[in-house]
Amino acid sequence: MFLFKHAAKSIELIDNFLNIIDQGAILFKEGVRNYLYGNRENFLSNLQTLSSLETEADIIKRKTENLLYTQSLMPQLRGDILKLLEELDNIIDLAKTNLFQFDVEIPFIPAELNQELVKLTELSVSAIESVIPAARAYFKDPESVKEKLHRVYLYEKEADKLADAIKRRVFHEMPNLKLSEKFHLRYFTLHIEILSDAAEKTADVLSIMAIKRTI
Amino acid sequence: MLLLIFLSSGLFLGWSLGANDAANIFGSAVGSKMIRFRKAAIIASIFVVLGAVFQGRGTADTLSSLGAVDALAGGFTVSLCAALTVFWMTRYAIPVSTSQAIVGAIIGWSMFAGLPTNYNVLTKIVSTWVSGPVLGMAFAAGLFLLLRGFLRRTKIHVIKLDSYIRISLIVAGAFGAYSLGANNIANVMGVFVNAAPDVFLNFGLFTLDGVQLLFLLGGLAIALGIFTYSERVMHTVGNGILSLSPEAAIVVVLSQALVLFIFSSSSLSAFLMSMGLPAIPLVPVSSTQVVVGSVIGIGLVKGAREIKLKALGEIAAGWVVTPLAAGFLTYIALFFVQNVFKLPVFSGKVQGTPIRPDTITAVAENATEIDLILPAILAMAALAIIILIFLVFRQQKLRLKTENELLHQQNNYYQAQKTLSGMEVTAVHLENSLLSQKLETKRREYINIALNISSQREFLQSVAAKIDEIRLVGDQQQLLEQLNDLSLMVKQKMNFSDETEELYAQIELIHKDFRQKLANAFPDLTEQEKRLAVLLRLNFSSKEIASLMGISPKSAEIARYRLRKKLNLGKGESLTFFIQNL
Repeated sequence: MFLFKHAAKSIELIDNFLNIIDQGAILFKEGVRNYLYGNRENFLSNLQTLSSLETEADIIKRKTENLLYTQSLMPQLRGDILKLLEELDNIIDLAKTNLFQFDVEIPFIPAELNQELVKLTELSVSAIESVIPAARAYFKDPESVKEKLHRVYLYEKEADKLADAIKRRVFHEMPNLKLSEKFHLRYFTLHIEILSDAAEKTADVLSIMAIKRTI
Repeated sequence: MLLLIFLSSGLFLGWSLGANDAANIFGSAVGSKMIRFRKAAIIASIFVVLGAVFQGRGTADTLSSLGAVDALAGGFTVSLCAALTVFWMTRYAIPVSTSQAIVGAIIGWSMFAGLPTNYNVLTKIVSTWVSGPVLGMAFAAGLFLLLRGFLRRTKIHVIKLDSYIRISLIVAGAFGAYSLGANNIANVMGVFVNAAPDVFLNFGLFTLDGVQLLFLLGGLAIALGIFTYSERVMHTVGNGILSLSPEAAIVVVLSQALVLFIFSSSSLSAFLMSMGLPAIPLVPVSSTQVVVGSVIGIGLVKGAREIKLKALGEIAAGWVVTPLAAGFLTYIALFFVQNVFKLPVFSGKVQGTPIRPDTITAVAENATEIDLILPAILAMAALAIIILIFLVFRQQKLRLKTENELLHQQNNYYQAQKTLSGMEVTAVHLENSLLSQKLETKRREYINIALNISSQREFLQSVAAKIDEIRLVGDQQQLLEQLNDLSLMVKQKMNFSDETEELYAQIELIHKDFRQKLANAFPDLTEQEKRLAVLLRLNFSSKEIASLMGISPKSAEIARYRLRKKLNLGKGESLTFFIQNL
């Protein structure tokens, strides 16, 4: 049966894709940490790996799209599934672009902010890491998607709060910094925080998809 | 032949049944693109015919017991009136069932023939109309709960589930088609049972009697309806009323199939009777109404979000309106057929007792037997060979297609590569020509410099000679004159600065051909005159030429006049025009 062959192939592709997003999130976290603590070499290696993972994710996404449409698998759900893949791909795209920004712009980050920025990165990445099990559950057990998603919303909210606090601190309590440096710091806080927003958007898409699938 | 003409109304009814009711079975699957229409149509057709031939008798017997239409013209009229009722009511968008129309028409016939209607049978039939959808609802609700529980527990990956669902849709659809054929063939052919030919075909594996042949014909009419007209209905229904999730679609098709099967299976009924339970009434029910019941059943399980009371009301209205309309129409039509066309619409024999199923079978046993074992085997073999050849050809075609595709892709790739190389070549050419132009300019410059140097040298020599000459002059007046000449000569020379030389070099480069032509046509032109010609070609005015050449405007005019002379121009001819068109 060709049908089962194609089904197995697309299941494998989607699993791989989710693994890549997961790994991408970890690499982003490591990359930011290495940048903050000045491990330039490790940072560059993280960037390199993340960039190749992003390319791979794009390729897999396109392959899956192709397979679902040419073999007309799941005519009713494929639109949703592809949208989910799109959102997840967006996360790893953002992670790569943002880490590249560190490499290109080399922002000056005062050492007293390191701790907080690391925490912000961890929160953002946790949001991503919580959305992935929910995405996996959508395929096998849509009923449990909702209970997995609440963590994403929590992490996103915490990341928002922390980012706010960092920005406030930069603009109010660091008079030694130049305005340009403050702006720069604001942007990089945003670059990290935006990943949790992307995770939240994915979570929104997922929760609607799960409701549609619950019969 | 006459038989076929009379059968035509039944066949028409069969066609419309196929066109409308196949959508109940494959509507959701085709509408949601889970199964392609062609596949669905082939499966539905095969199984409708099988169901009609092998299990269609039970419901036909029930219709016969309601009123055994025993004259062909009567059967024709009854069938036609049922078909017309269905047609009209469908046109006015009233949901209608063939089963109800045919029952009404048969009652109309009974009343016209003056026969008593068997109220026992009628009650049985009407109760089935009600219990059909209700049973569908119950089955659907039960099956849906089972399926949902199963899916929740097994946690199959959604993509794998999709594959299973496709296969289940096909299997359930086949079962549904079989049940539809079995249950509803009586609507199509029931009234013609008495006119069935007395033959008995033996195919070895199975046998077909006259009634079954009649049903085969009806089944084929249904299949024709499926192929010719049901695609549109499937898409409409599949994206409208039956726009269900694939899981729900399976449940609906399956519960519909079960209901139709139960109300048409004589063996199941006999089995129940042997267990001491009441027999199942074998009655044609409306598949559409069962489907509506099933959809409502699922809605109930899901929390009664989508129950449309209007749909229920319309179904109930159909139970009353359709038979009444069909019966009334039949009564009037029979009157016309009998009195205007003078055709017998009933045999006139008194029929107090309904025909039992075994009477039809008894007729069949007395029929002439035709042995078709050998032809059947041959036909099967031929069919197998044809299918084999078809498969081989298709395989071949697919392979060729793939190869072609590959070649096409490669070709595309080469074309793209070629275009790219072409573009590179053009770019290189362009660069080359630019370079050679630059080279040419440089060459010109150097030539000019060289010429300049030699002309300077010549000039200096002539100046030296002049000075020598002046030295020898004794007369003061003459000496002054000659010195003035010398000073003028030097001043004139000074007017030809480097920039002017540069300008001429550039102009000469651009108008290389022109200078060539000029030199060929008029070899005795001086360098000065050639320059004048070039400036004229560039459309400079006399004033501009004068300043460019370092002479007075008057001299420029004179130079022009001399040039005209040398170019042999007549009075009316324009010098500029001549030069520009050279």
